[in-house]
Amino acid sequence: MAFEPVREMKKLNYDEMRIYSEAELKNYTEEELKSFKCKYEIPDLDELEKGPWPSFVSDTKQEALRRRKLSDDQMLIGRDVCEDMLGQLQTSFDEGETHWKHGGIVGVFGYGGGVIGRYSDLAEKYPSIAMFHTVRVNQPASKFYSTDFLKTICDMWEYRGSGMMNLHGSTGDLVLLGTTTEQLEPIFYELGHVLDTDIGGSGSNLRTPACCIGKARCEFACYDTQDLCYDLTQYYQDELHRPAFPYKFKFKFDGCPNGCVASIARSDMSFIGTWRDDIRIDQDAVKAYIAGDIVPNAGAHGKRDWGKFDINKEVISLCPTKCMSMEGDQLVIDNSECVRCMHCINTMPRALKPGLDTGITILLGAKAPILDGAQMATLMVPFMKAEAPYDNIKAFVERVWEFWMEEGKNRERLGELMQRVTLPKFIETIGLPPAPQMVKAPRANPYIFWKEEDVKGGWNRDINDYRSRHKR
Amino acid sequence: MALSKERLGRYNPEKPQENRLTDLGPRHFWEFFPPVIKENYGTWAYHDILEPGVLAHVSDSGAKVYTVRCGAARFMTVEHVREICAIADQHCDGYVRFTTRNNIEFLVDSAEKLEALKKDLEGRKFAGGSYKFPIGGTGAGISNIVHTQGYIHCHTPATDASSMVKAVSDELFEYFKGMTLPAKLRVSMACCLNMCGAVHCSDIALLGYHRKPPIVDSEYISKLCEIPLAIAACPVGAISPDKTESGLKSVKIKGERCMFCGNCYTMCQALPLSDKEGDGVTILAGGKISNRISMPKFSKVVVPWLPNSFPRFPEVVENVKKIVEAYAKGANKYERVGDWAERIGWERFFEQCELEFTEHLIDDYRLAYDTWRTSTQFKFTDAAWALSKEAGGIE
Ligand code: HEM
Ligand code: HEM
Ligand code: HEM
Ligand code: HEM
Ligand code: SF4
Ligand code: SF4
Ligand code: SF4
Ligand code: SF4
Repeated sequence: MAFEPVREMKKLNYDEMRIYSEAELKNYTEEELKSFKCKYEIPDLDELEKGPWPSFVSDTKQEALRRRKLSDDQMLIGRDVCEDMLGQLQTSFDEGETHWKHGGIVGVFGYGGGVIGRYSDLAEKYPSIAMFHTVRVNQPASKFYSTDFLKTICDMWEYRGSGMMNLHGSTGDLVLLGTTTEQLEPIFYELGHVLDTDIGGSGSNLRTPACCIGKARCEFACYDTQDLCYDLTQYYQDELHRPAFPYKFKFKFDGCPNGCVASIARSDMSFIGTWRDDIRIDQDAVKAYIAGDIVPNAGAHGKRDWGKFDINKEVISLCPTKCMSMEGDQLVIDNSECVRCMHCINTMPRALKPGLDTGITILLGAKAPILDGAQMATLMVPFMKAEAPYDNIKAFVERVWEFWMEEGKNRERLGELMQRVTLPKFIETIGLPPAPQMVKAPRANPYIFWKEEDVKGGWNRDINDYRSRHKR
Repeated sequence: MALSKERLGRYNPEKPQENRLTDLGPRHFWEFFPPVIKENYGTWAYHDILEPGVLAHVSDSGAKVYTVRCGAARFMTVEHVREICAIADQHCDGYVRFTTRNNIEFLVDSAEKLEALKKDLEGRKFAGGSYKFPIGGTGAGISNIVHTQGYIHCHTPATDASSMVKAVSDELFEYFKGMTLPAKLRVSMACCLNMCGAVHCSDIALLGYHRKPPIVDSEYISKLCEIPLAIAACPVGAISPDKTESGLKSVKIKGERCMFCGNCYTMCQALPLSDKEGDGVTILAGGKISNRISMPKFSKVVVPWLPNSFPRFPEVVENVKKIVEAYAKGANKYERVGDWAERIGWERFFEQCELEFTEHLIDDYRLAYDTWRTSTQFKFTDAAWALSKEAGGIE
C-alpha cells in the first residue's frame, strides 16, 4: 500500500541545496574541541558536561567552536550566538531569574502564528542573542526524516539562525531557536521554496497536530494515525495559520488506548484507536506463553527476574473487568464486557490482537492547569470509523468548533467552556444524546436544573388557588 | 534548488506578496519512511525488545526491522543533528526518526547491520565525556524525560529545564539502560505552571513554581498593558485597580489570595513574578496516560517545594530517587506508580518514599473536598500515631 501527498512535492537532494562544503563542515579538530573555552566563565555549565547523559552544554560548545572558525560570509547572525546563550544561561543560574523579555510580536506576513518573539534583557552584555526568536517548523507525521531534509535544514539554520534547535518542541514541531527579526521572512521563504514545507501553529489557532508511530511500526495501531494527522493538518491549514479561535486548539492521534502521544492529557480533541469486534486469540500462542516459550510483554521486563509467567496472576486477575477466564487450556474473553484497556494484549502480544473492525474513540477538552486546574479529555464519541477521506471526522470537528467559536470567551480552552456551560448543555448544543459512557458515575446530588417545559403544567401557579387548599 | 545565500534570500521586502508560498503544510510522511517500513506498513505482527533500547519488529511476511533507541537532549545544535544524519547515512539508508519523548530511533533491516550500528553508537562521546547516543529507554524502565524551555528561551520560568533534566537523567541512567522496574516510569518536566508539555499525567513530574506574588511595575503598567485584561486574567480575583501617587492607573495585588500561577504575567508584562528565593520546584507523582489496567490519572503533589540549586538540583534528584527506589522495591509487576500508591494507600506511599507530608499537600482549591478521606479505611503509619497523639487520643 502507499499514500499520496495532497500535491506534488519538491524532491530533496542535499548536495543540490547545501550551503557549506565538506571542508567547512569539518572545520575543527578533536584537539581544538577538547581545549575550547567559552568566552565567558560558565562554571555551572561546565559542570553539566559531566555524567553519562548527553550534555547539551558539550553540544553547544561544538557549535560555538564551529562558528568561531567559519568565515564571516558564511553566517548572517552573530558569530557568538552560542557563547552568548551559554553566558546568559550562567547569569540566569547566578541570579535565579530568567533574562528573556516578555513576548514581542513578530511573525511572517499573513500568518498569525508559528513564530515566537524573544528578546534578551541583557542585550549589551550578550549582543548576539539580543533578538532570539523561534520558528516552529511543522514536523512530518510521526517524525521520520530523510537526512537530505535534516541536513538542509541544518545548513539553512546555521546560516540564517543560531544553529540551535529542539528536536522537538512539546507539541511536536521541529523548533528553530534563535534568529533576528530580519531573517524571519527569508527563513520562511527558504522553508517554502527549497524544502517545500511550512511552519506550525502558535497563538489562538489550531496547533500543529501530532500522532504516534501507528501502523508504520506498531502492531497495535487501530487506524492510520499518520494519514489522519496529515489529512487534517492539510485540510485545516487556514485554521492553523490564521488565529480565529478563542484560544489554542490541539489535535493528537493515538493509534490505541496505550496512548503513546498522550492525546488524552494534551489535546482539546483526542483521537484514540479502538475496535468493536472481538480480540483475536491465537490459542497456540497462549499455550506457548503459559509454557514459558515466549517471554511476556515482548521482553519489557527482561532485566529483572520476576519468576515464571503466571497467566492467572499476570493477565486474568489484572483484567479490570474480570472478563477473561481459562476453560480447560483455552483462554476465553467475554468481549462484550472488555473495556479495551490493552493489558492482556500488551502482555501476550503474540497471542492476542485487537479486533479487525477498528475505528476511533473521540474525547474532548484536555488542558494543562492554567486556569481552573488540569483537565483530562472527556469521552464524547465512543466509536467512529476512521477511513479516508474522513468526512465524518471533519463534520464532527466542525460541530465542536462552531459552538466553541460562538460561545468561547477570550483565552477559554474547550475543556473550560465545557465546564462553564456544563456537560449536559454542551452535548445538547453540539447535538449528541446523553450516554452513561460520558461519565464515571451519575451525579450524587439531586440539584437538577429542571426546565419549565419538563414539568407538567409549567411553573406559573396561583397563590390564591394554593391558599384555597392550605390555610396561612 | 539551492539554498539562497542572499541576505534576504528569496524575499523581497518591497513586494512582500511576491512569490509567497503559504499553507503548504508539512511534508508528507510517506517519503520519509525507510523501504522496510513502507513495505510492511500496517502488517506488523509482533515485536520483541531484544535488550534495553533494541527492538525487533516482525511483519506478517516475516520481514524484520531492528530499531535502536537512543536518549537525547531535545535541545540540539546543527552539529549534533549532522552527526545523527551521518550515522543514518552510514547505517540506515539515510532515514532516522524521533519519538514523542525526544528519543532518536535508528532503524536497520538486518541483524548484521544492527551490531555495527550499536557498536558505532556506543563509541561516540562528547568532548566533555557524556554519551552522545546512549541506548535504552524501552520497556519497564525510564525513557527520555520530556521537558520545556526554561532559561534557554522562555520569559516565565520558575526554574531551568535542560539543566534539571540533565542532572536527573544522569542519576536515573541505570533505569534508562535497564528494564528492572515493575512497569514503565515516565518522568516529565515543565518550568512553569503553563506546562508546555502537560506534565500533569506523568509517573513523576517536576514543575517549576513561583512563590512570590507579582511585582507591580506601577509607573509603566498603564503604558504596557490593558489593565482590565490583567485584572480579568487572575483566576482568584487577587488583582484590583489602583492609582499611583502620581495619579497613574495601576493595579494592586492581594498577596494572601495569590496562587502564583503567573497568568497575569502572561497577559501583562508589567507583573513579573520570578525571584531567586521565591522560585523552586514542585514534585508530583502517580499520574499516567495509558488506559492499561486502570484509567488515566492525574499526578498528585508529593513534594510542595524544593529550592533551585543550580546546576545539579541535588534536592530534586534525591527526592526523585527516593520515589523511584521505593516504587521499584514495592510495586507489583505491571503496576504503575499511581496504581501502586493507590493499592498501598497514599499514607503508605509517603512512608515508603520517606517523604514528609505537610499541610501544603491537602487540597484547598476548587473541588478540594473530592480528595478528603471520608472513610474509616486507612493504614496506621507514623503520621497516624502523631496525629492521634496531637488530638489527645494517645500518650
Ligand atoms: C495557558 C497555558 C500556556 C501558556 C500561557 C503557554 C505559554 C508559552 C510560552 C510563553 C511559550 C514560549 C516559550 C519559549 O520562549 O520558547 C510556550 C512555548 C510552548 N508551549 Fe506553551 N503555554 C501554555 C501551555 C502549553 C501546553 C499545555 C502545551 C502542550 C501541551 C504547550 C506547548 C508549547 C510548546 C510546544 C512550546 C514551544 C516550546 C517548547 O516546546 O517548550 N504550551 N508556551
Ligand atoms: C437540600 C437537601 C436537603 C434538605 C434541605 C434536607 C432537610 C432535612 C430536614 C429539614 C430534615 C428534618 C426533618 C424533620 O425531622 O423534621 C431532614 C432529615 C433528614 N434528612 Fe434531609 N435534607 C436534604 C437532603 C438529604 C439527603 C440528600 C439525605 C440523604 C442522603 C437526607 C437524609 C435525611 C435524613 C436521614 C433525615 C432524618 C430523618 C429522620 O429523622 O428519620 N437529607 N432533612
Ligand atoms: C515492528 C514491530 C514493533 C516495534 C517497532 C515495537 C516497538 C516497541 C517499543 C518501542 C516499545 C517500547 C515502548 C516504550 O517503552 O516506550 C514496545 C513495547 C511493547 N511492545 Fe512492541 N513493537 C513492535 C511489535 C510488537 C508486537 C508485534 C507486539 C506484540 C505482539 C508488541 C508488544 C509490545 C508490548 C506488549 C510492549 C510493552 C509495553 C510495555 O512496556 O508495557 N510489540 N514496542
Ligand atoms: C502501558 C502502557 C503502554 C504501552 C503498553 C505502550 C506500548 C508501546 C508500544 C507497543 C510502542 C511501540 C510502538 C513502536 O514504536 O512501534 C510504544 C511507543 C511509544 N510509547 Fe508507549 N506504551 C504505553 C504507554 C506509554 C505512555 C504513557 C507514554 C508517554 C507518556 C508512551 C510513550 C511512547 C512513545 C513516545 C513511544 C514511541 C512512539 C512514538 O514516538 O510515537 N507510551 N509504546
Ligand atoms: S498509541 Fe498504541 S498504536 Fe500508537 S504507538 Fe502507542 S502502542 Fe502503538
Ligand atoms: S483488553 Fe483489558 S479489559 Fe479487555 S480483556 Fe484484555 S485485560 Fe480485560
Ligand atoms: S512551561 Fe512555562 S516557563 Fe516553560 S516554556 Fe512553557 S511557558 Fe515557558
Ligand atoms: S500570579 Fe495568578 S493568582 Fe497571583 S495575581 Fe497573578 S493571576 Fe492572580
